[in-house]
Amino acid sequence: MKVKRLASWLWPVIPILAALLFTSGLLLLYKASPIDSFRAMYDGAFGDQSKTLSVLAFWAPLTLSAVGLLVTFTAGLWNIGVEGQIILGSIAASWVALKLDLPSPFLQVSAEILAAMLGGALWAGIAAVFKTRGGVNEIFGGLALNNLAIILTNYLISGPWQPPEGGSFRGTQPFPPDALLPRFAESRFSPLSMIMAFVAIAVIIVMLRGTFWGLKLKALGKNPFSAFLLGVSSEREVILAMMVCGALAGLGGAVRVLSWFDSLRQSISGGIGFLALLVVMLANFQGYWVPFIAVFFSAVLNGSISLQLRTQLHSSLGGILTGVMVLFVLLFSDIGAFKWARREKRE
Amino acid sequence: MKIELKEIRKYFGNVKANDGISLVLQAGKIYGILGENGAGKSTLMKILSGYQPADSGEILLDGRGVRFPTPAQALQSGVGMLYQEQLDFPPFRIVENYLLGRDRRVNLDYKMAEAELKQLASRYSFNLDVRAFVDSLSLGERQQLELVRLLAGGAQILILDEPTTGISAEQKELLFNSMRQLAHEEGKTLILVSHKLDEVQELCDHAFVLRRGKLVGEIDVPCPNDKLVEMMFAQIPPRSDRAPRSDRAPLIATGQPALELVDIIISTYRLIVEKINLTVQPGEVFGLAGLEGSGQDLLLQTCAGLLQPTHGRYLLAGQDVTGWSYHRIQSAGVAYVAAGRLEAGLVAGLSLTEHLVLAQPEHTFFVDWSGSQKDCSSRIEKYQVVGTPNTLADELSGGNQQRFLFALLRDELKLILMEHPTRGLDVRSANWIWEILYRRREQGTAILFISADLDEIVERSDRIAVFSGGVMSRVVKAKETSVDELGHLIGGQA
Repeated sequence: MKVKRLASWLWPVIPILAALLFTSGLLLLYKASPIDSFRAMYDGAFGDQSKTLSVLAFWAPLTLSAVGLLVTFTAGLWNIGVEGQIILGSIAASWVALKLDLPSPFLQVSAEILAAMLGGALWAGIAAVFKTRGGVNEIFGGLALNNLAIILTNYLISGPWQPPEGGSFRGTQPFPPDALLPRFAESRFSPLSMIMAFVAIAVIIVMLRGTFWGLKLKALGKNPFSAFLLGVSSEREVILAMMVCGALAGLGGAVRVLSWFDSLRQSISGGIGFLALLVVMLANFQGYWVPFIAVFFSAVLNGSISLQLRTQLHSSLGGILTGVMVLFVLLFSDIGAFKWARREKRE
Repeated sequence: MKIELKEIRKYFGNVKANDGISLVLQAGKIYGILGENGAGKSTLMKILSGYQPADSGEILLDGRGVRFPTPAQALQSGVGMLYQEQLDFPPFRIVENYLLGRDRRVNLDYKMAEAELKQLASRYSFNLDVRAFVDSLSLGERQQLELVRLLAGGAQILILDEPTTGISAEQKELLFNSMRQLAHEEGKTLILVSHKLDEVQELCDHAFVLRRGKLVGEIDVPCPNDKLVEMMFAQIPPRSDRAPRSDRAPLIATGQPALELVDIIISTYRLIVEKINLTVQPGEVFGLAGLEGSGQDLLLQTCAGLLQPTHGRYLLAGQDVTGWSYHRIQSAGVAYVAAGRLEAGLVAGLSLTEHLVLAQPEHTFFVDWSGSQKDCSSRIEKYQVVGTPNTLADELSGGNQQRFLFALLRDELKLILMEHPTRGLDVRSANWIWEILYRRREQGTAILFISADLDEIVERSDRIAVFSGGVMSRVVKAKETSVDELGHLIGGQA
């Protein structure tokens, strides 16, 4: 038992190391020096202040979405629709930013954030009701809603929310400065987004560990029928879990439009939702690992942009590294489960 | 083809599914394999048909040792199994299904397959439209298709696992006729796995009875039902006077029944349970006997609110609760303890304390973990569960899981519904669980349970009803019943 608990603590280290080794091998095949490449990546991520701030700015929405996914994973739900929920959050925040002009920046930003959370929760709620009432697996419902969210964005920026000068398919006009999150030193990073992410982590960890609701989700995720027999009503909890995740993803979407960009853009999420799924899996569904893994992902992805400039290697190396890592996670988790299962049988 | 099975053993963990079974089956005969749920019938047949390997033991076909790593290889050697679940491909046409696994070329010869299929089907008077889609067929027709497919594959030995479940009377007649033809005229060996005594009596030449993984008897059939019942359930001793019965009788309250079922009808895909009228008094223990799948499990699930009756009324302590959901009935004071512990009841990966918190009727927003921990410890001690509050449910042994399920029961209950309350437990644990249950009845809780163990039913109940093919027998008093009477009732003879 002790070994098992320790292993679950140290969990992500093994697949990360394995992925680094694998990627090094790949680099050697192309006659590139792994050390130089990783160094270039590191410099690209943390080389100077603006780069570090960029990593942090990318980190906040990623972490918010990943924290939301902790809830749905605990309840045994595959909320692939998280990408669409981020987008809806962006759209809802943009709507408030474009259409409402509230007297103080505080009220303005609060209203945007609230709208974003509602938008994300609504989008998740649709997938949840499709699941509980229509028998539509949340994976398929989520994928469909992801596409709809992208189409809705494209429609808005090329139609009703087109900038007055017209024409461009790239985004809305920039929001007024008072409608944006306060940013740090001319960067895309808002300290407020970081605070929100940490609050979200703390609240969700406490919710999942300390409340009756969290216990119900855990039971549902592990065995829905036994949970039902013990008295857990699955429909309500499934919808609630999805909506909580959607609200956090929507909050992430608000950070994307209000600090990373300053307007609603064509690919506003840029796949952060899917990355968040990988973050949670790599974190072995443990809340305390999520912020660290998210920093790592954010650094790898931001760092690989300057990798190309310095070493002629394509920036997709970052993607390869993270992708391989998740494959190793899935591989190791199965091997681990298999070994433990055998040991327990013998006992 | 003559089959010999020698000392077949198959263990799943501590469960001895097959514990040294040896059988000899001759060509040209129909054999029945009888036994209660968990007796090891299916395991043995799956070993014979190549679905799973035995841990040890030998299979001889016509004296030649064989080993089947896959069902396809078993069929090549002449052993085909008709599974209880349909293994066909509903979106396909009949002929396509037939070709699957038969014609191994890239270019399929449909014409030949159609001709073959028609010829085979007509030999056994099966009326199959070879171009029809499989999902338009009835269960019985799909079975005919599978049978023909196995025969075309060269099956000399056919195993049929509960083939009459869910098919019509005419289809059953057709199936039985074809089985007789296959065995008595064509010299094939047929094995019928069943728990329906009537079918075995009607069709088979010889029956083997399994109990707890062992062959406990064989007999030429037809024979008196009692003999088969006796072998299946072991001798039923006359009710012992171990517990002071006389003290118990007055515990049963008169007046308002705890449970009252009026003209309840339950319809499911497989079985219709006819007009049930039943009352159970507070403090009474009521046992439901019968072969597995005869409807007693459906009745229990209906009482729990997991199934809704299509007709009739369900009263709980006088209150009409017909149509109530499981959770509503649960809060009204009914507990349901299912047979599968880790499938239905406990959550693998959750600690004992977490289970206790979930099972309690009242909740606070934040869980009082330290208080619950203490409550859990005291219950663990009281119910003699070997474990700690932090132990995960799946780390407990089977007996401890069962005890823990009882430790989870709420304090005030009107009715406890149980499936196989002591299955897999040793005698001491079983006695102990019943002592706990008897304490419950002193508080006026009524108990309704089903069990595969006739001994347990006779020993523990005040009154007994027997199910057979969805029909409930008259209610008998446990003190006055006999092996003979129960044997007849289980066989479906009033």
